[in-house]
Amino acid sequence: MNREMIEKYFRKEQLPHIWCPGCGNGIALAAIVDAIDSSDLDKEKICIVSGIGCSSRASGYLNFDSIHTTHGRAIAFATGVKMANPEMNVIVITGDGDCTAIGGNHLIHACRRNIDLNVIVFNNNIYGMTGGQYSPTTPKSAKTATSRHGTVERQFDICDLSRSAGATYVARSTVYHYRHLTDMIKGAFKNKGFSIVEALTPCPVQYGRRNKLGNPPDIMKELKESVSLTDSSKIKIGVFKNESEPEYTSEYHKLVEAEVGKYE
Amino acid sequence: MAKRVSLSGNEAVAYAMRQINPDVVAAFPITPSTEVPQYFSQFVANGQVTSEFVAVESEHSAMSACIGASAAGGRVMTATSSCGLALMWEMLYIAASSRLPVVLAVVNRALSGPINIHNDHSDSMGARDSGWIQIYGENAQEAYDNFIQAIRIGEHPDVQLPVMVCYDGFITSHAVENLEMCEDAEVKAFVGERVAPYSLLGENPVAMGPLDLPPHYFEHKRQQAEAMRNAKKVILEVAAEFEKLTGRKYGLFEEYKMEDAEAAMVIINSTAGTAKKVVDKMRAEGKKVGLIKIRSFRPFPAEELVAALKNVKAVAVMDKVDGFTGVAAPLHNEVRSALYGAAEGKIVPGYIYGLGGRDVTVNDIESVYNDLFKAIETGKYEVYNYLGVRE
Ligand SMILES: Cc1ncc(C[n+]2csc(CCOP(=O)(O)OP(=O)(O)O)c2C)c(N)n1
Ligand code: SF4
Repeated sequence: MNREMIEKYFRKEQLPHIWCPGCGNGIALAAIVDAIDSSDLDKEKICIVSGIGCSSRASGYLNFDSIHTTHGRAIAFATGVKMANPEMNVIVITGDGDCTAIGGNHLIHACRRNIDLNVIVFNNNIYGMTGGQYSPTTPKSAKTATSRHGTVERQFDICDLSRSAGATYVARSTVYHYRHLTDMIKGAFKNKGFSIVEALTPCPVQYGRRNKLGNPPDIMKELKESVSLTDSSKIKIGVFKNESEPEYTSEYHKLVEAEVGKYE
Repeated sequence: MAKRVSLSGNEAVAYAMRQINPDVVAAFPITPSTEVPQYFSQFVANGQVTSEFVAVESEHSAMSACIGASAAGGRVMTATSSCGLALMWEMLYIAASSRLPVVLAVVNRALSGPINIHNDHSDSMGARDSGWIQIYGENAQEAYDNFIQAIRIGEHPDVQLPVMVCYDGFITSHAVENLEMCEDAEVKAFVGERVAPYSLLGENPVAMGPLDLPPHYFEHKRQQAEAMRNAKKVILEVAAEFEKLTGRKYGLFEEYKMEDAEAAMVIINSTAGTAKKVVDKMRAEGKKVGLIKIRSFRPFPAEELVAALKNVKAVAVMDKVDGFTGVAAPLHNEVRSALYGAAEGKIVPGYIYGLGGRDVTVNDIESVYNDLFKAIETGKYEVYNYLGVRE
């Protein structure tokens, strides 16, 4: 991330950030900032909403209007922000736990409504902040603080889940594929409707260590090799859905205008 | 034979859980209580307990799963803090009204917002009227002892209520202290097996949680209130039995140098340790000061407290939480209403201290006792005070 971007978009007094060395969150955040900078979003009308978790700390570093909410509720707060002011470009920064465990209900209903939010999930497959308990995206058999002999539960595919629930823009990338990730986020901003970008990102401290994945560069390499744009035997990255469908706030306001119109 | 060990409060409580060997623990992590289920899940993984450990997706689910397991006749426990307790809210009332003796370690942390991970009592005090028994402890030893006793208190046939065992986040939960631990067999014998008067999967089919309209709802609530009253006697009985086992004495509250005290303080949890130091120092200077540390906040020991405060001239009530009532914080309110009609001109100011983990020093505590002596002398004092806040 170059100096210019830091000057332009960060709350410098909040830096340096407190993420662990080797954490991917900084890269994911930089990709969001790059996407904002190179998009045609009105920078004065951006609101960043985050939940609670290592990933959700991102909102505190950015110099936009921001709300750091409670664990799991970022999308619900963001729904309120968007309804009150449909002009706002609302960006939700959340973690896999925040978004799909404690807050999973809000995710599916926001998808279903197709409300114009841009959700960027930093998926590190673990509850990083609270010490490495398994999350709904922890791969089966992975070792975590709450599954020492391997996780028995099956994992969510965030993209499949969102697509089935009605999201209109669904994409996945990784922090290794920085340019691709930035493009995926830019695509989200372009969609008028519910957009979700799953950013795969390593947590070397809580996930990597327990699963003996090596040091952060090794983990990055592993991340790079585990995904593919084309090879279906790997985790796919790219845009999985990008369709235009009626957006919730517009539909809602159309209805209000029509009803009010009857009495004018 | 008991053994001396060095453990943090969270470790001590997790060890108590291991010794109790509950049927089910359902939990969701939140600082600073995370370690309790964390250590416990290790005991499960190592085969040191036969419990089922359920890692659920939120505290609301954690308490729901606990209720289900307890309704099925199991002995059930969990731990939480702050927002986690707040998210359990709906279920707290269900557990209490269904008369299910779930035991919950509440590692006290400031309730958002603003978000803060440090200690005060705004989480458990917010849940004070949810129908749960609330027992507080000053240090790791008390957290451990209270946790074991909580099983017997909650499951007593005259009570059948859930119990919160509260202790201070970080100060007690994370600091390592020396304490005495019972033998596994002693704990096993002390807690025995849960005998549920009725349960799902019992001999006869039961309906739990059905609609309860005006013909019976009121009576059920009345019974619940009666159970809470009964808990007072049971807490003392269980404490007496525990004392026989361990030599450690517990009551509804602890009195420290109260015999001839003129100025006293009523306080909860770890700051009592700081305050006892101040009492010792001021006693050495010839000042008649004393302290009462509340152990059972629910049920609230009103009559007993009135008796204990009978001869003091002034008593400062210390709250590590603001009540936002515009009148007084929770403990202050409780003590003043207990003293209604029995105050005999007593001076009863309240002090709100230590919110969000603000340090409370011996000087702060001494200044409170000094305020009391000044009030006794001049008759002038403020009722509603903040200790250690920048105005
Ligand atoms: C109601 C509530 N329960 C629990 C917590 C504790 N908590 C904070 S962050 C977190 C998990 C975070 O995991 P994730 O969302 O995946 O983010 P990460 O830290 O991995 O970036 C939990 C359980 C909380 N803050 N509030
Ligand atoms: S715990 Fe994991 S996710 Fe959190 S800052 Fe450290 S490396 Fe990143």
